[in-house]
Amino acid sequence: MNNVTELVSGRGEWLKTRETDDGIVISSRIRLARNLCGFPFLNRCSESERSEIQSLVMTALNGSELAKDYFYVELENLGPLEKELLVERHLISRQHANTEGPRGVALLADETVSIMVNEEDHLRMQVLGGGFQLDKIWQRLNCLDDQLENRLEFAYHEQFGYLTACPTNVGTGIRVSVMMHLPALKITGEIERVFRAARDMRLAVRGLYGEGTEATGDFYQISNQCTLGKTEEEIVEDFRSTVVPRISDYELRARELLRREKPALVEDKVWRAIGMLKYARTINTQETLTLLSYIRLGLNMGLINDVDIETINDLFLSSQPAHLQIISAKRMDSDLRSKLRAEFIRRRLCDHQNN
Amino acid sequence: MLCQKCKKHAATVHLTEIINNEKQEKHLCEQCAAMDGITGSIGHVPIKGHVQQIMAKFVMSQPEVKETSQLTCDECGMTFLQFRNGGLLGCPNDYEAFKTPLAGLLEKAHEGRTQHVGKIPGGRENKHKRQHAMMRLTRELQDAVDLEDYERAANLRDQIKGLERQ
Repeated sequence: MNNVTELVSGRGEWLKTRETDDGIVISSRIRLARNLCGFPFLNRCSESERSEIQSLVMTALNGSELAKDYFYVELENLGPLEKELLVERHLISRQHANTEGPRGVALLADETVSIMVNEEDHLRMQVLGGGFQLDKIWQRLNCLDDQLENRLEFAYHEQFGYLTACPTNVGTGIRVSVMMHLPALKITGEIERVFRAARDMRLAVRGLYGEGTEATGDFYQISNQCTLGKTEEEIVEDFRSTVVPRISDYELRARELLRREKPALVEDKVWRAIGMLKYARTINTQETLTLLSYIRLGLNMGLINDVDIETINDLFLSSQPAHLQIISAKRMDSDLRSKLRAEFIRRRLCDHQNN
Repeated sequence: MLCQKCKKHAATVHLTEIINNEKQEKHLCEQCAAMDGITGSIGHVPIKGHVQQIMAKFVMSQPEVKETSQLTCDECGMTFLQFRNGGLLGCPNDYEAFKTPLAGLLEKAHEGRTQHVGKIPGGRENKHKRQHAMMRLTRELQDAVDLEDYERAANLRDQIKGLERQ
């Protein structure tokens, strides 16, 4: 086991539920895009410039508060499964996993901090947390940014702010993103309301794994698009006081509506999901996520209580392809994975009942 | 109007092309247009690609656009056209080099805002001026090393170190 594969045995800090949560906001995440002065942006960087950027960033990290705790993973040294594992755990982007050249990611073992080096920008630093806690996350990220800025020189322009490879990120370079679980809106067919509201508020809605992915398991990532001409605090505050409460409210109303008008429908979906996952002999990722989503809804609506939410949250991750293969320490084709996945989930769900 | 090509069917595709400042009009029927690759035969050829090609050809033939697309950053060598095609800029100086054509794009992306009001890097003044000097010096250093001009390289390295210490 190395640092990366060891991650499967931990449950990322951001996946832990908090008592105050209504279960709708799964996680909060803020990232900053930064580039170093004196280097071109990545598409014009040579191999040696990329390596130099990596070592400059590591030196800066060694002088920061993270110095003792972080570990740096060079992606060129990782196998495809390990890279996929990092993608599944939201620690790197798919793009970062799939491109070539010297690049990496600095991580904390609790998975609350991830700093991608040489992705689209020289630095993409993010802080993640479970539930809805944007203020705390922003404070931590801002402080980390200050510490790196003392040791690195970031490209900055008086008018345009922090300069990024893509002009859509310029200015603050900030992306605030909350992952929301919206199964009731999906069942009532009102999910369009969220898309409309998001459009009105100039927000992007993406699936579980970011750009271009489908909303598997009824997870939606809502994030800002405008990065210039507003302060970081304003952007965070928009999410805190407007965006998240508004969308949460839609979901809560949809849950109330289901409870009042179609209790049998939603109960049936929840119990069928439990039944399927407990008895299936082969199951793919997509179906697993859909069923887990119903169980999670059942738990959050108080319709069932004989499965614990930690187990379900955990299964969202551990039933994914790279996780399954690393847990069982072998590479498998998708048929074999589906068989093993069914077995794995069955065991987890039944284990829990015997406790 | 009948199709200019087959002269049998009604012309439903009307195209005005400007090549080297010469205007050329085409009026074609669905089939002939598809055969000429102007529209796709639905289900086989992606129409979007053709439209984009035609648009690009058209846009590029406008003199002022031609000028804009040839704008070049003298620090990284990227042209505005390359940026338009790839979507990513080549270096921090591109924001200056392409300031005019970028303005509209920035406004569109950021709700009409064009002035940064967020965080400012602390402590160091004149930072933005220095970063351009850094870029230039680093590139010159790379060139000097490539040309094995070590005396110049050492000199440039000292200048960079001096800047870093400021």
